[in-house]
Amino acid sequence: MALAAEPDVARQKQLVHLVRQDCGSCHGMTLNGGLGPALLPETLKDKPPEGLVATIYYGRPGTPMPPWKQFMSEDEAAWIVDKLMTEFPK
Amino acid sequence: MRLLLSLFLALLLNACAGPQLRGTGDLGLVIERASGQVTLVNTSSRQAYARIGGLGDLSHASAVYSRDGRYAFIFGRDGGLTKIDLLEARIVKRVMQSGNAIGGSISQDGRIVVAQNYTPGGIKAFDADTLELLSEVPAEYAPGQFSKVVGLADTPGNRFAYALFEGGEIWVTDFSNPKQPKTQRFPAGLQPYDGLVTPDGRYFLAGLFGEDGVAMLDLWQPEKGARKILENYGRGQEKLPVFKMPHLRGWSVAQGKAYLPAIGRHEVLVVDVATWKEVGRIPVRGQPVFVIARPDGRQVWVNFAFPDNGKMDVIDTLAGKVVHAFEPGKGILHMEFAPRGESVWLSARDDNKVLIYNTATFVKQGEIPADSPSGIFFTARAARIGF
Repeated sequence: MALAAEPDVARQKQLVHLVRQDCGSCHGMTLNGGLGPALLPETLKDKPPEGLVATIYYGRPGTPMPPWKQFMSEDEAAWIVDKLMTEFPK
Repeated sequence: MRLLLSLFLALLLNACAGPQLRGTGDLGLVIERASGQVTLVNTSSRQAYARIGGLGDLSHASAVYSRDGRYAFIFGRDGGLTKIDLLEARIVKRVMQSGNAIGGSISQDGRIVVAQNYTPGGIKAFDADTLELLSEVPAEYAPGQFSKVVGLADTPGNRFAYALFEGGEIWVTDFSNPKQPKTQRFPAGLQPYDGLVTPDGRYFLAGLFGEDGVAMLDLWQPEKGARKILENYGRGQEKLPVFKMPHLRGWSVAQGKAYLPAIGRHEVLVVDVATWKEVGRIPVRGQPVFVIARPDGRQVWVNFAFPDNGKMDVIDTLAGKVVHAFEPGKGILHMEFAPRGESVWLSARDDNKVLIYNTATFVKQGEIPADSPSGIFFTARAARIGF
């Protein structure tokens, strides 16, 4: 996946916190899943990254997944997907 | 000989001093979600007195108490079930009971602990003394189709009510014979996300995510089936995105009215408990997560989903509106009242603190350091239905 400009270190820290704590309320703080599916490299590996970025940015109507676009840019969503598919920082 | 004698005397003195006797009515615990620990607390001294680690993944963990208030059963996200002794401040027993769990409950007679699971979907019953598995009920709502279980609540008669997120049903399982549970099924509605039982144990309510409304089952007359209340409370209006599912446990009933979080709205719904009709809505400053009445019912405290999770609103039930709004800290995840409600404890996850407030004056009374605190559970829950 083409990596857009990486968020700076401080912003990366905020995004990691957002994913672990707030996405974590449905997907689990360890990303092992909860009401929402697991977000681990094994579970995501067959999914197209663009689709995952769109899911984060626009949400998935008909499911509880909300759009997160008011809290991040599309590039930042792409950075999150890239990290989720490889190894998500602690 | 003299030495032996003095040793003997010392032992005798120690034995007389013995362990200090104490009750458990003013104890409790705070879940530290990120580090797999719990901090044990005393609500009289408003201090922590011990910390226990090694409990695994405690994100979204919850606890129930043995009826003597001495033991807590803690349900971890990773399927761990840990029994803790609050007096000796130690783990008594720990089992891994599933891959992914969401909470649990304890039977009316205190003998059966039931865990509710996402993976594999279903509930499991354990002996409260030994944590030995007694039986399980897979949430197989159609052949080969398993559902996540939400909203598990203990109800009188060693029966447990719960809802199936994918299955769209309410199930009631009777553990009178713990090794041979009997389950009844009731269609409920689209995507129940949590449930609760009223304080008298009569009604089980399941909040619906997939449609506007709440499914309600009268456990005194289950043959009548579940019916919908608060249907279409958001009709014609676009629902806001929901950044965190509300929690229905901690049900609020005051003066014959129930206060419920409106999903996807910045409102608390007020329902008349006699007719189950909506009688009002109270605007608040975010999407409510917990809507909890002070034990006397005069106040209802509300916290909010991200990004408003630093705020708290306090509703005066006589005035029918918010009378105190403040921002006590960052990431307010949970609240628990002292047994009779003179204080409330709030977990401020991102401040790594538990904050204690006087509920009459709203003045801060103290704080306790804790590592990413989430759920707070006091032993007074031991004596309440649905907790």
